[in-house]
Amino acid sequence: MLSRRLIFLLPVGIFAIVAVYFAVGLTKDPHRLPSVLINTPVEEFQLPPIKGRPNEGRVWGLESLDFRGEVALLNVFGSWCIACKIEHPFLMSLKQSGDVPIHGIDWREPDADAGPRWLKREGDPYTLVGDDPESRGAIAFGVTGAPETFVVDKQGIIRYKHIGPLDPDVWADTIYPLIQDLRGQ
Amino acid sequence: MIRLLIVALILVTGTTGHAVEPEEMLDDPMLEKRARDISAELRCLVCQNQSIDDSDAQLAKDLRVLVRDRLTRGESDEEVMSYIVSRYGDFVLLKPPFNASTYVLWIGPVVIAGIGLFVMIMTFRRQSASARPSENNPIPLSATEQNRLNMLLKSENSSNP
Repeated sequence: MLSRRLIFLLPVGIFAIVAVYFAVGLTKDPHRLPSVLINTPVEEFQLPPIKGRPNEGRVWGLESLDFRGEVALLNVFGSWCIACKIEHPFLMSLKQSGDVPIHGIDWREPDADAGPRWLKREGDPYTLVGDDPESRGAIAFGVTGAPETFVVDKQGIIRYKHIGPLDPDVWADTIYPLIQDLRGQ
Repeated sequence: MIRLLIVALILVTGTTGHAVEPEEMLDDPMLEKRARDISAELRCLVCQNQSIDDSDAQLAKDLRVLVRDRLTRGESDEEVMSYIVSRYGDFVLLKPPFNASTYVLWIGPVVIAGIGLFVMIMTFRRQSASARPSENNPIPLSATEQNRLNMLLKSENSSNP
């Protein structure tokens, strides 16, 4: 009977469908979490300045209010972070071209000198930098690893999150067009 | 036997570890217990199969401290959890929430088990139906009955002209 055939094929069919889902799932990296903070305002936070970096008489190194008024990038980095070293030359070239201000969160440095020393050695592409030894700044942005880079608009709303080192392709294809878009608004 | 059970019990309970360091712990035992309970339900985003209570990752430690800070400031368990979910999404909860997007996850296995049970019952009923005696499925004759039948048929054959 045809219906008997069908009943036997049903478990095979279900298995095939489930297998496809699992196969696709295996290609995804669970550490690349989509951000739930896209299109939400930057949470209120204040981070002290890092040692030895001129701060123009400001109290804080980097705070949430700093994201109001212009489109900016936020880059989460650390002297311990190897991938950050990979993207750093590109950040330096962005600083040279002056396309967009880049603010930095110096995340989880083992001591007060580690961050400043690293910036002196690798170069300092940042406009403002906040010292974040306890991850309060990182948690405010939902950061799970470094490097991560965020695009924040003039109202202080997070518009995009990039996980991993920033490279010229992502910049040209996605980030720079977004920045221009946000500036036009 | 009893000794085996006791050893098994010790092994099972002895393996539940935690990464909370003594200096993290709050003075108030009630608050500390709440912090531990909340931490046990939050996923460590670095070592993703551990809770932040178990994980040695630095971000886990910072989140543990954050949980304790917020509890000390008087927030409720729900407020603390919902803050962390607001930063990281539902993925940070080790127990997936029960809402529209997770119905399939929660109810799926029950439904599939139900279908399996249904198919099993139908199959057994069909099998036992085919075993029940009826016109198309007569009970086979016993040896004695078969002998009598043979003799009757033989005598019938021989007596007919």
